[in-house]
Amino acid sequence: MTTPHPLETRVVSRRFDQPDAHTLAGYLASDGFRALEKALAMAPDKVIEEVKASGLRGRGGAGFPTGLKWSFVPKQSPREKYVLCNADESEPGTCKDRLILEYDPFAIIEGMLICGHAIGAHRGYIYIRGEYRYLLDRMEQALAEARAAGYVGKNIRGSGFDFELHAHTGAGAYECGEESALMESLEGKRGIPRLKPPFPAVSGFMGGPTVINNVETLASIPPILLNGGAWFAAFGPPKNGGTRLFCLSGHVERQGVWELPLGFPLRKLIEDLGGGMRNGAKLKAVVPGGSSTPLLPGNVAWDLNLDFDSVAKVGSFLGSGGVVVVDENTCMVRFALRIMQFYRHESCGWCVPCREGTQWLQTSLTRFHNGGGRAADVDLMKEVSENILGRTFCALGDAAAMPTLSILQHWRQEFLDHLAGKPCPFGARTTAGAVGAH
Amino acid sequence: MSPFSPQLEARFRELMQRYPARRSALVPMLLYAQDELGWLTPAAVQRIAELLAETELAVREVIGYYSMLRTEPTGKYHVQVCTNISCLLRGGDELYAHCERRLGVGHKQTAADGVFSLEEVECIGACSWAPAVQVNYDFHQELTVEQLDKILDAYAARARGERTDS
Ligand SMILES: Cc1cc2nc3c(=O)[nH]c(=O)nc-3n(C[C@H](O)[C@H](O)[C@H](O)COP(=O)(O)O)c2cc1C
Ligand code: SF4
Ligand code: FES
Repeated sequence: MTTPHPLETRVVSRRFDQPDAHTLAGYLASDGFRALEKALAMAPDKVIEEVKASGLRGRGGAGFPTGLKWSFVPKQSPREKYVLCNADESEPGTCKDRLILEYDPFAIIEGMLICGHAIGAHRGYIYIRGEYRYLLDRMEQALAEARAAGYVGKNIRGSGFDFELHAHTGAGAYECGEESALMESLEGKRGIPRLKPPFPAVSGFMGGPTVINNVETLASIPPILLNGGAWFAAFGPPKNGGTRLFCLSGHVERQGVWELPLGFPLRKLIEDLGGGMRNGAKLKAVVPGGSSTPLLPGNVAWDLNLDFDSVAKVGSFLGSGGVVVVDENTCMVRFALRIMQFYRHESCGWCVPCREGTQWLQTSLTRFHNGGGRAADVDLMKEVSENILGRTFCALGDAAAMPTLSILQHWRQEFLDHLAGKPCPFGARTTAGAVGAH
Repeated sequence: MSPFSPQLEARFRELMQRYPARRSALVPMLLYAQDELGWLTPAAVQRIAELLAETELAVREVIGYYSMLRTEPTGKYHVQVCTNISCLLRGGDELYAHCERRLGVGHKQTAADGVFSLEEVECIGACSWAPAVQVNYDFHQELTVEQLDKILDAYAARARGERTDS
């Protein structure tokens, strides 16, 4: 349980301080399933209209408008349709879906049922990363209670609407968070992405039209239906509606996850919620939305408002809501190396630019960090990263290239400072980590 | 002969019915089999292939893709230290180095007495409680080296206790 901070606006997290919200009785006692009741009384198109009006954009990383995504699903389909919940949460810096799964699992179930009604689907799966075993157990428990009380299964609460819903565990693979790789994994295969188009709304799980949404996106649906799309949209600036969970980590006094209206100043997040920089150090860089997003220099970050458009304007993304704060004593070569080790390890190996590029970049960054490397390699790393961009089957390649390019751009001098056998000026561990050794 | 308990066999039967095609149950079945046996033994792979009417090769291909699935035993307590960015900034490397020293093993190795094994892992979704460590499925968060030592002491004691009990 987490107590609200005075600066928070709790919409998705409104039950985080309710000790029994993860039980059906507790959920029902705080408006539980009232949004479903309301939605089932509405025509499916009207539900989609309401979600569109909310301005809700996907909370998984790409920020795609949710109502629009739902509207792409064909009304008539010879194949069964599906609703999938992406609870793979593996983007470094991101730890928010976990809280929803823990404190408010029924909100995810209710959001999926509403989506099912809106797109005409009768089956869904919640794909939970394998490491989150206690949350899988919690979700299985919630589903069992929901089924026993007639909220899941045939003829839900006498409405005539059928919806089967199950939780499903992953087994360790960042790539399975990518929507088409997740569907492969859910079909019992390796998590290798699919060529797009066709997009999931047309051909997804088992070849059927499929909506896949992030946990937080789906948990936002019940409050939107209950209070109206316009109510949700009003929390943020125009076209950036609503609130979202921000995960603050790194060199702040107080790490944590807080729900804030979009457009909230990053400076206030660091100072007022995070208690300021740790040990009074100076801000050097911020990862604004998970490890895949370009890093911003401290001075740019300091004046930034956290909404999709403002972050895009300074060349990065709001991504998954993972805000990682980096202070002046941090070696950016080491930071770039750790990010690259991750993507190298997680690359599924299907496309050459991603597979070979991440390997080469990891090797070069390791050499630099160990005091080797050549000045010319700084530009070569830039070139290799640029050659990954846009040339891969899925966005993991871009995710590896973008933060690297931003570090090369803003902290180029640090690479030069590492050259010619000089020890790391920041005195960090000089060996590459074991990760990725397999 | 099934290498699994009757409970797990029953659970598998239920799992296979949750999907339009039973092959979908493969990844969960592998993980639950590993939970029961400690690792994916040849008999486990064979039995799962048989239940799903797939070849063992097809099952092994899938096993090779997922980082949590193992075809060798680990320690009774598998210590997984995250060193990804949020943990890196809060001392994840120090925790990992400390584990190497204390346990006398490296990445993906098991100590001679079989109690502990070690792995440096990617983000485990505990970034705002960094640095974080997972021991089997249990999370331990916002750790100092001293706190981690106490936690490992407790696991070691549990391993000793369980051994003398049995
Ligand atoms: C490599 C990679 C990993 C991803 N991991 C996740 C994840 O863990 N959780 C998630 O919700 N979306 C993840 N995504 C985004 C999904 O592909 C997809 O856009 C998202 O689930 C859509 O839901 P939303 O519109 O509600 O955000 C990932 C994408 C890529 C390319
Ligand atoms: S970009 Fe990387 S992870 Fe994505 S399909 Fe290509 S090789 Fe696989
Ligand atoms: S970076 Fe260590 S838990 Fe996310």
